[in-house]
Formats: sequence, C-alpha cells, structure tokens
Amino acid sequence: MKLIERFKQGKFVITCEAGPPKGIEMEQMMSELEPLRDKIDAFNVTDLQSSVMRVGSLATCRLLKDRDLEPIMQLTCRDRNRLGLQSDVLSAAVLGIDNLLCLTGDHPTMGDHPQAMPVFDLDSVQLLSAVKGLMGGKDMAGNDLEGRPPQFCLGAVVNPGAEPLEPQIIKMEKKIQAGAEFFQTQAVYEVDKFARFMKKVKHLKVPVMAGIIFLKSPGMAKFMNANVAGIHVPDELINELAGVGKEKRVEKSLEISARLITELKDLCQGVHIMSLGWERHVSTVLEMAKL
Amino acid sequence: MLFTQNKPTAEVLESLGAEKNIFLLGCNGCAEACETGGEKALSTIKAELEKAGKNVTSTTLVDFLCNKVLVATRLARETDNIKQTDSILVLSCGVGVQAVSKVVDKVVHPAANTVSLGGLQGLWPSDERCQACGDCALDYTGGICPITFCAKSLLNGPCGGAQDGKCEVDSEKDCGWQLIYERLEKVGRLENFKKIRTPRDHSKMLPSSELRKTSFYDIEV
Ligand code: SF4
Ligand code: SF4
Repeated sequence: MKLIERFKQGKFVITCEAGPPKGIEMEQMMSELEPLRDKIDAFNVTDLQSSVMRVGSLATCRLLKDRDLEPIMQLTCRDRNRLGLQSDVLSAAVLGIDNLLCLTGDHPTMGDHPQAMPVFDLDSVQLLSAVKGLMGGKDMAGNDLEGRPPQFCLGAVVNPGAEPLEPQIIKMEKKIQAGAEFFQTQAVYEVDKFARFMKKVKHLKVPVMAGIIFLKSPGMAKFMNANVAGIHVPDELINELAGVGKEKRVEKSLEISARLITELKDLCQGVHIMSLGWERHVSTVLEMAKL
Repeated sequence: MLFTQNKPTAEVLESLGAEKNIFLLGCNGCAEACETGGEKALSTIKAELEKAGKNVTSTTLVDFLCNKVLVATRLARETDNIKQTDSILVLSCGVGVQAVSKVVDKVVHPAANTVSLGGLQGLWPSDERCQACGDCALDYTGGICPITFCAKSLLNGPCGGAQDGKCEVDSEKDCGWQLIYERLEKVGRLENFKKIRTPRDHSKMLPSSELRKTSFYDIEV
C-alpha cells in the first residue's frame, strides 16, 4: 500500500526504521519487527545505512512483503550511477514495492569502507525526478519503457535542525517539485524549534513525519550533539536521563521519547522512529504515547 | 595548458538574463590559445552581446586569470567601472572564473566550459578548484564550484550532513553548499538555487576527437 493513502485517510502515520544485518541470517531482524505488525504503518528499510556494507534494501523489502509487512525502500545516490539506480527502481516495482524514499546518502568515508569510490552521479532531487520520469513511462535518456510504467509513493528527508535552515527548505521545495509526496525528518528533541520549522513549511502542504531516536544514554546524547548534523539534545533532557540510576535508564529513556511523541503529535502528520537496536521497546513507547 | 570550449551563445545570453551592463573579462593565457579568451574571443563575444542589445562596459584582458593576485591588482583599476556593471562575463577556465568571484562581489558568469586540465595547471592551485567537468556550473552557483567544493559534487543544494558550516566528510573543510548559499545571498541570486539543476552529462568530460586532433592537445597532454 502506498503510504500517501494513510495520510489521506487522516491517520497519524507511524513508520519505523529496519536495518538489514551484516550477514545473511535474516531471522533475528524479522522476529524483532513481528511484534510491531499492528502498530507500524510501514518500515523504512535502510540502504547501507551510515555507509556500512550489509544486506541490501531491495531484497529485504521483498522479505517484508512476503510477511505482509509494508516496506519503504530507501534508495541513496552513494553507490550506483543512474543506470544502476533506474534499474533498481524498476526491480523494486517488479517485486511489488510501493514506497521509495530517495536520499543523497552518507559519504563512503563515514562508513566501514572509506576507500570506496563515492558515486553521487545523481543527487536526491535528480533521483526523485528520475523516478517520476520512470513513472511517466520514460527513462532519464528519454527512452520509452515497454508496457505499463511503475507506480510509487515517493518520500524524501529534511533536516529541521540544520543551521542555516533556509537552504534545507529551498531543497525541500525542490524535492516536492521533483515528486516527493511526504517527508521524514532527522531526529527532533526540541519541540519549539520543530514547531517553528513546521510553520515555515506550512505553505508546502506535504505530510511531515518527525524523526524519533531513543536516547539510550547521556553519552549517546552528547555524542550526537557533537557529531550528528542538525541534532541537538538540550541539556535538560540529558540531565533528566543522567539523573536516574542505571537500572532506571531504559524506563526513563522510553518516557522521554513518549513525551516527545505526544508533544509532536499535534504539530505534524506522523512520526518516524529510528530505534537503532531498540526495536523491542517501540511498542511500549507507542503505548505510553497512546498511539 | 587548460582546454576550454565556448559555451553556446544562447546559453550565455540565457545566463545573463535581464542584465544589461556587462563587463567582459578575458584571459590571455591558455584560453587565448583555445580561442575562448584573448583579444579575438573578446571582440567576437562583444559583438554578439551588442547584437542582443547589451551594453558592454569594458573588454579587459588579463594575462593569467587563474592568478588570483594578478586578477585583484588588475581589477582594482576598474573598480568604478565594475560598480556600474550588472555582472562580469569571464572568458577563461573555471579556475579563472572562481578567482574573479573571489576578488569581486559581483555576479560572475562563465563563458566557457573547461574540458581538460591536461598539461600545465592553472596558477591558482587548481585541480582542487576545477575538475574540468565540461559543463561549467559557476553561473548557477555564483562562482564557487559545486563539483570540487562539495564532497559529493551535489548540484541541487546541501546534503543533510553539514554541521556548523563544515562538511560531513571533514570538519576542517567548509561545506561547499554553505559557501554557495552565502555567496548567492550576497550577490542577490538566491533564486538560482531554487531552480532544479539537471544531472551532469559525464560524456562532456571526454575531450572531443576534434580537440584531441589539435596540435595544442598533442603538445600538452
Ligand atoms: S563547474 Fe567546476 S569543474 Fe565544472 S568547469 Fe566549472 S569550475 Fe570546472
Ligand atoms: S556537507 Fe556540504 S560539502 Fe559536504 S557533502 Fe554535504 S553538501 Fe557537500
């Protein structure tokens, strides 16, 4: 099912990240997703997240489909030129995938194969245009596709915490013009700042899903503040988490996330949860947030 | 020797848009040899611009536009003239265009595509500045090369990885798109960035067989 249908139904949409393993045993990943079946509208299957080599998004998406879980295939520009990307988009359609999330992708130097050639033949805006073109029956060179063209719901990302914000918004507008129908954001910890962002993009009239990353520890929060672009965890949250004993950390962390979701709920059209190994806690957080 | 080829006149005129007073700045180095800079190229393009109703405020020739210091000294004499012009059309390789945009706060437009940096490099450290993509985008970015200054050579704006104006790849290196954004804002051309730029044509990086047949090419590469 195309994710856009959920938004049209007026539903507060919930997606969750699903990272394929480094190795071919898929059982553990699938068993972690299973309990989320009734809570999550779709799973973002990452495309070699953080430039770390692992099982691909396309095959994993199909495995999800086989289990009747809705996948969103993430597609980055890092590893394939326009021939590879367009071909994989067609393959995705053949395998019944309905949702694509198009991103630039991290640079290879961020991952475990820093020696790799960075491709970036296309950027995220151009990739969206290319997919839109395929949906209209033409490839990037203007050649006709045989038979019925593929159909997808196209998503993109935006970073509401970026400074300055203006270039992000201009790029967001370009993504919409190129075909993006919904947006997922980088993790949000400052509700006020996010509210200001939402005000600025109100005229764009596209569904926006706020990103949620569980704060597993004060150290992780500090690490993200120093190293992850556009993420800022305010000191109050770090102190709140640091203020409880280790045995209460998980509980506190989930409570913080649930509170953020509750506060964000009225500002946007959905949340995108990047659980980073805490899949088992997603249900609890959603229950705490009354979703 | 750097090889450049004229952009089609229609493309140059399109990039000038409604600008009326144009300062022509030619390079008398490699571009002269390629007939994209130099005296002759300057007068050809001057005639074309005038035919299109433009007012050419100056035709200035600098020996090596890729020498930033030389450009700054030479243009210092033209300050008044430059102030009154809408933009500068630069007849040189991508390094020259970037040198000009670095020393004057005016809109710059490249008149040529740089297709090969074979042989002697430009004088302002240059393979770091121009990768001879064959389809110069400096017009769109306000004179800062998106191919070399962005670690991913992105054409439509920053990725989500820039932090405090630095690139995700190297926290010591400025994010190219941050620089481009600031530059476009400064010269009042943010609307450039709002246009979607289509994917690069990598086949333009291959020097054409005509170019490869020239004696320059033979001697230099
Ligand atoms: S865009 Fe950059 S790489 Fe391409 S010709 Fe211009 S300066 Fe050179
Ligand atoms: S951080 Fe800036 S320079 Fe680095 S890859 Fe992203 S857009 Fe390009």
